[in-house]
Amino acid sequence: MPDLVSPAAIPVILALLVIGTLLVALTPSAFAHRIRATTLSATLSALVIGIFVFLSFDPSESGWQFSFDYEWLPFIGSRLSFGLDGLSLPLFLLTLFLGPLCVLVSVNEIEERVKEFHICLLLTEIALIGVFTARDLLLFYAFWEVLLIPMFLLIAVWGSGNRVYAAVKFLIYTLVGGLLMLVAIIGTAWAASQTAPLQGRFTFHLDSLLMTRIDPSLQTLLFLGFAVAFAIKVPMFPFHTWLPDAHTEAPTAGSVILAGLLLKMGSYGFLRLALPLFPDACFQMAPLLAFLSVVAVIYGGLMSWVQSDIKRLIAYSSVAHMGLITLGIFSFHPTALLGSLIQMVNHGLSTGMLFMLVGMIYERRHTRDINEFGGLAHVMPAYTAFFLIALLSSIGLPGLNGFVGEFLILVGVFQAQWVWAAAGIIGVLLSAVYMLWLFRRVFHGPVSKAENTTLTDLSFREKWLVLAPVTFFLFLLGIYPVWLLRPSEESVRRVTERVLAERASALTPPSKVFPAIAVQELADDTIQFLFRGKMDLQNTARSGLANAHNGLEALFQQPFQGSPFRFRGQRSAFGGAAQPFDEGESLADRQPLTDDLLKGFQENPFIKRR
Amino acid sequence: MDATPTVTAIILLAPFVAYLINVFFGGRLKEKAAFVSLSLVGLSAILSLLVFYHVVSKSLSGHFEGYRGTWLTVPLGSKELALGYQVDTLTAFMLVVVTFVGWFIQLYSVGYMAGDPRFSRYFAFLSLFKSSMLLLVLSDNLVGLYAAWELVGLCSYLLIGFWYEKPEAARAAKKAFIVTRCGDAGFGLGIFLTFYLTGTLSFQEIFHQAEALTGEKAQLISLAAVLLFCGAIGKSAQFPLHIWLPDAMEGPTPVSALIHAATMVAAGVYMVGRLYPLFATPMIEASWSLQVVAWIGALTAFLAATIAVAQDDIKRVLAYSTISQLGYMLLGLGVGGYSAGLFHLVTHAFFKALLFLGSGSVIHAVHTNDMKKMGGLKEAMPITFWTYIIGMGALAGIPPLSGFWSKDEILAAAYIANKPIFIVGLLTAFLTAFYMTRQIGLVFFGKNRDPHSHPHESPPVMWVPLVVLAAGAVLVGFIGTPWYNVFHKLVHFEGAPHHPFKPLPMILSLAAAILGILAGQNLYITNPIKGPDDEPLRRRIGRLYDFLANRWYLDWYDPVKPQPGYYLTPSFIRFTIAQRWVDLHIVDGMVNAVGYLTAYILARFYRLFDLYVVDGLVNWTAWITGFIGNGLRKIQTGLVQHYMFIVLTGLALVALWTLMKQMP
Repeated sequence: MPDLVSPAAIPVILALLVIGTLLVALTPSAFAHRIRATTLSATLSALVIGIFVFLSFDPSESGWQFSFDYEWLPFIGSRLSFGLDGLSLPLFLLTLFLGPLCVLVSVNEIEERVKEFHICLLLTEIALIGVFTARDLLLFYAFWEVLLIPMFLLIAVWGSGNRVYAAVKFLIYTLVGGLLMLVAIIGTAWAASQTAPLQGRFTFHLDSLLMTRIDPSLQTLLFLGFAVAFAIKVPMFPFHTWLPDAHTEAPTAGSVILAGLLLKMGSYGFLRLALPLFPDACFQMAPLLAFLSVVAVIYGGLMSWVQSDIKRLIAYSSVAHMGLITLGIFSFHPTALLGSLIQMVNHGLSTGMLFMLVGMIYERRHTRDINEFGGLAHVMPAYTAFFLIALLSSIGLPGLNGFVGEFLILVGVFQAQWVWAAAGIIGVLLSAVYMLWLFRRVFHGPVSKAENTTLTDLSFREKWLVLAPVTFFLFLLGIYPVWLLRPSEESVRRVTERVLAERASALTPPSKVFPAIAVQELADDTIQFLFRGKMDLQNTARSGLANAHNGLEALFQQPFQGSPFRFRGQRSAFGGAAQPFDEGESLADRQPLTDDLLKGFQENPFIKRR
Repeated sequence: MDATPTVTAIILLAPFVAYLINVFFGGRLKEKAAFVSLSLVGLSAILSLLVFYHVVSKSLSGHFEGYRGTWLTVPLGSKELALGYQVDTLTAFMLVVVTFVGWFIQLYSVGYMAGDPRFSRYFAFLSLFKSSMLLLVLSDNLVGLYAAWELVGLCSYLLIGFWYEKPEAARAAKKAFIVTRCGDAGFGLGIFLTFYLTGTLSFQEIFHQAEALTGEKAQLISLAAVLLFCGAIGKSAQFPLHIWLPDAMEGPTPVSALIHAATMVAAGVYMVGRLYPLFATPMIEASWSLQVVAWIGALTAFLAATIAVAQDDIKRVLAYSTISQLGYMLLGLGVGGYSAGLFHLVTHAFFKALLFLGSGSVIHAVHTNDMKKMGGLKEAMPITFWTYIIGMGALAGIPPLSGFWSKDEILAAAYIANKPIFIVGLLTAFLTAFYMTRQIGLVFFGKNRDPHSHPHESPPVMWVPLVVLAAGAVLVGFIGTPWYNVFHKLVHFEGAPHHPFKPLPMILSLAAAILGILAGQNLYITNPIKGPDDEPLRRRIGRLYDFLANRWYLDWYDPVKPQPGYYLTPSFIRFTIAQRWVDLHIVDGMVNAVGYLTAYILARFYRLFDLYVVDGLVNWTAWITGFIGNGLRKIQTGLVQHYMFIVLTGLALVALWTLMKQMP
């Protein structure tokens, strides 16, 4: 079986979906059901192949599997290269899983331009699979940008309310990030070509790029290019404002894709590209990014609390949940990284399911305003049960999938920086507050509105074809998550090892938890003010404070000894190829950046040929 | 019967199967749902009793560490994740309490919930709770404990909000979940810290590793213990998270008996007992984490007892009493009375479940919770009355009922370890006796103050459990008398000091109880109150009574007028709403502004660019062409000699150039 699917699995899946797209495009618009059936069978057959891929995936292998590598644009060193490893497998499977569900969930909702809608759906799935399996930066970028167009159309054409504004905002925002990333990709390829292993060979292939160690003085700049693109996609605070608009106005399938998969492109990008390519820059930026993540966790939670639109509430809760995921990533702790990876899947499932559920009630009532509901538990018991399950998964109840991810992330983060974990726990607490608040307002209490008394409960399709499969995985991942964790373990370990080992050669002092010096100065001034003219009192107070400070420091610094910030380990397996780099060297000691860049372009074979 | 993996798994899963059956086929089962649930939980109860018998007989005959085993091992990379259980004497007692007491409460529910439209759903949730609670007591690791901990919290949420049409019930359910989650946040951090310090989550390994720790890490173990205790503060409703439990009385009364009196709320106490080696590092006398436990417990015990004095709702009195007694247990554990605290847990489960079921029987008869509207039920409900008297006596600490022995043990331990706490304990004992007598007086004595009600005795399905539990409340105490303390022999902590029996604390505690009863009798039984608005205590202590009736103004979740929270909470919400404004208009506004400005500037720029550069380039090219053309036109003279001259000059220049290049 492995040999049967192994080499061509990913291209075959892509080809299947492309053929599906063409078939849909050739079907006359009048045959709406045939269009749906075609799309469904294309996505389902892709899912079947995906299941075979998963079954023949070797969890002990940390490198690429199902690798497909073909010449594409040889003159710029870009290859048509796909592959799966532990990092991409979960998201690859999630994409294939949500594909058919998106078709099923839109059966009643989409009645106009059915053909175009399904073409857009298939294109998004193609692009997402491309992003999650590409092994070439240019290919990655191509799929990344291709995704924007069908997504833009999904929101702008089939959305509700202020959809054009939301769509344009989404498009421009992410496009700006994407262009920055393109610049950074070219810069990375060039910077890598300057290092010893490549010896001037210009390439976008990830494997070749990972053999090098990019000059740390350039890393920060390149990293920022990537980071902005990813941060917009995740979205991290303060780049999050496109998300509530886009989520709210998109049709149900669009929201599911947005929340379930599109956001993951950002966090996946961090894991796949930013961490391994720019370890030094990651370390420099980690405190900032972790801080932004923590802000997102709390900010998103509070924002969810004061929303009156159900979809908006869930959208803001996505901000909070994704904050926890990025927090896990920037702790560089293997457990937390693994947790982040699995949490991406969990969030995709539970938030995706919540959006599906909101879509179902919107179909019936044409409103999403929380105040319009109340007492739905009476009228729609099955709907209530599914909503409660999804909601509990979202707030991390043990036995459901959300708990596994949150627990792993927080265990890992705690060992890196306990303060961050404490802040993360506040976010988890907040999630219970706003979610239960939502549940009480919508489902509990007496049925307050006359329109709600006649609502019909879930149909067979909604209950068994759409919600039941997701619910099954919510429980399966909550009770026995190992089947999805194990394949990723090796790859995650490889990423963290690479990051930490690269870092070991150029240590900077660990980031301070407390800005100790500022606090000391402030305390000193206070003491002087309080005990004016009484030197003995001043000295007593100072020594007391110093004792307290030492005690506190001993207390708080203690848990950090295992932290990556003080990691002293061996060089990685990749370390042999690393470029020699002096510890004391700084940006100023190097040649000016522009000279380097010019030189690089002069020596670039691509440019020379012109 | 040995506690093999199969047996424990059956004990654990039988109620879960009942849950699944009732959830999926509840609509068809209707009244039979109770039968399914009762038989499967009964199976688990019988197995638990057998296991209990086995563990106890083994322990009494010699040194016995308990059963340990794994249900499932999950390989995860280099490590192995083992889902294990342990059955020692403490677990065995908890098993019996959960399944045995639980079974009778469930039986009682058949009568209490009869005719409810969601009858099968109720039994489904109750079975799920049983299963989760059994997982909680069986787990041998922190993850299992925490998972079960959250699951019982969920069941509590579902059952408090069982009558979700009532807004108060829905609100109370949410309050319970959120307030306990506050404690669970600390619990989570405690787990992470423990894992950081010891590198493991299995109890045995943790204790083993913790012993080996030195220096600062050994200090941090106490911090971890206190963080874990935060979970107990939430779950066992200790100050300042005690506020959810009284509201939880909105749920059906059997739920209050099972979850909010006998089992789930005792989980916090159980957890402290289970993790006692962590709390008792480096040793019991010098452990500051145990000091925290003792003082929180003492404070809560006293606080809740004073509040219970001034409540009119029959269930709320019992709820505050539960909070107070849970504080008592923690007080006992905190002062080093390990077996005393846990013994009180066991006896309390019996008599408090009895009291709750009795109150349910009363509510069932008179359809009100307000004690001021009851009165004189002694004649109408004799069985309920007499069993209630037994429960009340056990709670107040009247010999030889069970509560007397366990309470006395706690006070004895406190007397030796910590005199101030002992005095708080005595005061609490006095107040306990007082408010229970007040309750009895208001409910059963005097005349019926509600002319519309026609009280009657409850059906046998309800009074049989009362009688069984009353028997338990009388008899359970005898396994822990100071003269022959079997319980201590079974459940004890190696490092705990054992003191010889001292009569003084026993005499004092008995005196406190009798004084409390006399005071209560004097105020409420000898002179029954005149009407629903009459309150003899308020006549005596005035505004202090209002202070107590308002729960010391401590409810930070639902603050009332003079509390700072009353002003703070709305301002916090206002802050969050302001944050929404900021998000919408500033964070997002910036995005929009940048977008707009860029579009505007680009448009302007493009216009100028188009006008002057693109268009200009075209014009410029045309102009240049014209210019060059004009220039060249001038040399187009039409004279052959001019052309020849130019040609020759050119040739000469080329020749000169070539020559110059060839020169060295």
